[in-house]
Amino acid sequence: MSLAKRIIPCLDVDNGRVVKGVNFVGIRDAGDPVEVAKGYNEQGADEITFLDITATSDDRDTILHVVEEVASQVFIPLTVGGGVRELADVRRLLNAGADKISVNSTAVFKPEFIQEASGHFGSQCIVVAIDAKQTHCVDRGDRADRWEIFTHGGRKQTGIDAVEWAKKMSDYGAGEILLTSMDGDGTKAGYDLSLTKAVSDAVSVPVIASGGVGDLTHLVDGVKLGGADAVLAASIFHFGEYTVQQAKEAMRDAGIHVRL
Amino acid sequence: MQIAVVDLGVGNLRSVKQAVTTVADNADVILTSDASQIAQADKVVLPGQGAVGTWFNELKERGLEQAISTALDEKPMLGICVGMQALFDYCEEDGGQQGLSLFNGSVRHFEHFHADRSAEDERLKIPQMGWNSVFQLRDHPLWHGIDDESYFYFVHSYCANSAPDADLGMVYGGADYGHKFIAAVGRDNVFAVQFHPEKSHDNGLKLLKNFTDWNGKA
Repeated sequence: MSLAKRIIPCLDVDNGRVVKGVNFVGIRDAGDPVEVAKGYNEQGADEITFLDITATSDDRDTILHVVEEVASQVFIPLTVGGGVRELADVRRLLNAGADKISVNSTAVFKPEFIQEASGHFGSQCIVVAIDAKQTHCVDRGDRADRWEIFTHGGRKQTGIDAVEWAKKMSDYGAGEILLTSMDGDGTKAGYDLSLTKAVSDAVSVPVIASGGVGDLTHLVDGVKLGGADAVLAASIFHFGEYTVQQAKEAMRDAGIHVRL
Repeated sequence: MQIAVVDLGVGNLRSVKQAVTTVADNADVILTSDASQIAQADKVVLPGQGAVGTWFNELKERGLEQAISTALDEKPMLGICVGMQALFDYCEEDGGQQGLSLFNGSVRHFEHFHADRSAEDERLKIPQMGWNSVFQLRDHPLWHGIDDESYFYFVHSYCANSAPDADLGMVYGGADYGHKFIAAVGRDNVFAVQFHPEKSHDNGLKLLKNFTDWNGKA
């Protein structure tokens, strides 16, 4: 036996409420992050990730209350991302009960922030989230596949190569890479496996695949073909299409070691 | 009963306190970096995350070395993660750090043990991050009600290994991550684990519950 591959449901939280809806059996209030987190915990989720999409900084503190509430009732690792700009933000979230903090655009604007944060709090709690889009593709006649980092929800191209960036962030002390394919996100066509594989091969830290899951075979492929250490999904779990338990059984049946 | 969770200002202290509070009936669980409170407490939890060098610096800066040393002699005590690693002779992290030498052995980076893996072996990422099953090598009150090979949540890059001449009776649990390492050690009134019981769902809560019920005798 050794380490199990992880399944991580992801929740978008806006001003303290779960958005994009959650609809599975056993949840009384689909907008309540605590209720939803408890539901996923009971289904056997290995971790839960919260992405705070609250637009205004005035309302930022609401996520702290959410984390406090969830952490007092759900005893599995919690990752929180969104709006993390300073070391003080990291400290506040950790103090509220988060185990890992996910940093996205701040890392792009200020890469040394990752060195500072991992130096202060330890690599184990600093996750670098990478949003990547394919810019060059062999199948379209380019000489090599290439993905670039995008910020602002995929609107701003940075010119930074995603694989090189992942390596740099891992060298700077990131303990884990949360890799989202902007091309795949929302398509239900599956993870970008070439991207996942390229990043996973390039770094020594764990990689979480994200973006595009439509069915359970995509989770299997993320691990087997993409080389991911963990797989993240949102909508397939939110709408009750599949439970985390079913996802784990599918992975087990495909020969992947999971915690069941 | 009062349980002190030692606050060295690093790691997920709130989670540890929260989890212990949840399982401890009628116990007063406090987060403290005050030597006299640690001295007064009935039981002590010694958590830790991040770098071991920082952990020892904080211990020193807060003037807690003596309080911890006394507690290790006297009361039921639970070490978690870096709070377990610190109890060995030596930790390799941060350029090398002398430990508290309650257990004979050293804490070294996983890469030393992965070097001889072949190209066909699955590539193992460092840190080990996630759920791994723990082999219970000896009976202990803290294992009661927990199945052998149950899953616990680990996050670490360094792992503990006993010294060649160490008393292996101290090793209560092991796990395998390309190399078998120490997941749980114990001696008299002290039990310590590499994994995070506070993040290990039902199995972790059960272990913490066992600790709150424990009289400190193995």
